[in-house]
Amino acid sequence: MTNPDPLRAHHDMGGLPAGAVEPTEHDYALWEKRVDALMVLLGHKDRRLITVDELRRNIESLGPEAYDKMSYYERWIYAITQVLLQRGVITVDELGRKIEAIRARETQRG
Amino acid sequence: MSHDHDHTEDHAHVHRYPPRPDQDDTLTYYRAMEAAVRELLIDKGVLTAEDVRRQVENMDGRNAGLGAKMVARAWIDSAYKQRMLANGSEAAEEIGLDVGPLKLVVVENTPTVHNVIVCTLCSCYPRMLLGLPPDWYKSRNYRSRVVREPRAVLAEFGTVIPDDVLIRVHDSTADMRYLVAPRRPQGTENWGEAELARLVTRDSMIGVALADPA
Amino acid sequence: MVREAYPIGHVRTPYYIRGKHGVIERLCGAFPNPEELAYARSGQPAQPLYRVRFLQRDVWPDYAGQPLDVVEVEIYQHWLEAEEHAR
Repeated sequence: MTNPDPLRAHHDMGGLPAGAVEPTEHDYALWEKRVDALMVLLGHKDRRLITVDELRRNIESLGPEAYDKMSYYERWIYAITQVLLQRGVITVDELGRKIEAIRARETQRG
Repeated sequence: MSHDHDHTEDHAHVHRYPPRPDQDDTLTYYRAMEAAVRELLIDKGVLTAEDVRRQVENMDGRNAGLGAKMVARAWIDSAYKQRMLANGSEAAEEIGLDVGPLKLVVVENTPTVHNVIVCTLCSCYPRMLLGLPPDWYKSRNYRSRVVREPRAVLAEFGTVIPDDVLIRVHDSTADMRYLVAPRRPQGTENWGEAELARLVTRDSMIGVALADPA
Repeated sequence: MVREAYPIGHVRTPYYIRGKHGVIERLCGAFPNPEELAYARSGQPAQPLYRVRFLQRDVWPDYAGQPLDVVEVEIYQHWLEAEEHAR
């Protein structure tokens, strides 16, 4: 659904025309549950490394196409990662290297 | 968790659906991102693998049985119901339900009012009492339409609200989270709390359905 | 009335309710401002947050439900403007 009104943000969809509500559900995969857990743990008052509004702002800054195409927890891990980079908790370089290491590990495992 | 006894398997409220295909055995771009971020945070001592495991387990233990317990208590104890409607968070804690920092507002269905919950801006949900939300709750179709045509959307769920019952849509835009207390079904006058709780489905506490019939 | 404004950035006042007239249902308390929290600032001073009730027919000119149907939205004080006459 494209949104013709430039004043309305893509995520702000209340009242827009849309299709029938399909009563779909799925059990969350472990990685999705972990994304959820990371958000709760990072936002916990003992850490305060993210606020839910930072999460939302970064999700809202996804383009409309990405917002619609990505799954719920894909949007979350994208936004959590952005916040950790913005706050300097992790760096671009170490994140890149860690992802490479994880991919290499996965390839070895076959 | 200090209330583990509340998190025992509750078969009336634990639904099993297949996970998205291939999500756990394919290293997608975002799954790799999750693993990388988690491992970096562990390397840096921000959190531990045990913290993550325990939090996953905590959320896994949460399902609509928790909210159902609260609604069933309110059905049999009118003084409790008044406290629940006045302050949902305190009323949850009173019966041993941990809601964390959640500010819970319980809205009651009556013969003249039907309530339904949505979050049009994202997908805020009373997760501490219902578990993680179903996919449809987070969908564009639900979020866009229920605020503007609630009667049509409820009808798609098989819930037809009579014309003389007004519909109150709650858009969870900020710091409150909402739980609907559905009406007690007829023919349950002598039922106990645990029996009643089995009629209080997740969807009835979102407001897209009524409580199951007796 | 809800301010009819369209700022750039993270806000929690839905588009559909801006410029609409409602009545305050309750004061929810005071909470750090999400428009500040979103940018890693403190959000202080805390903003009063209200639940505001709107008649659906006032929000959607073509509302197809019943005339007394309502929608309730949480709105921070700085998005609200007082009006002289009660509805």
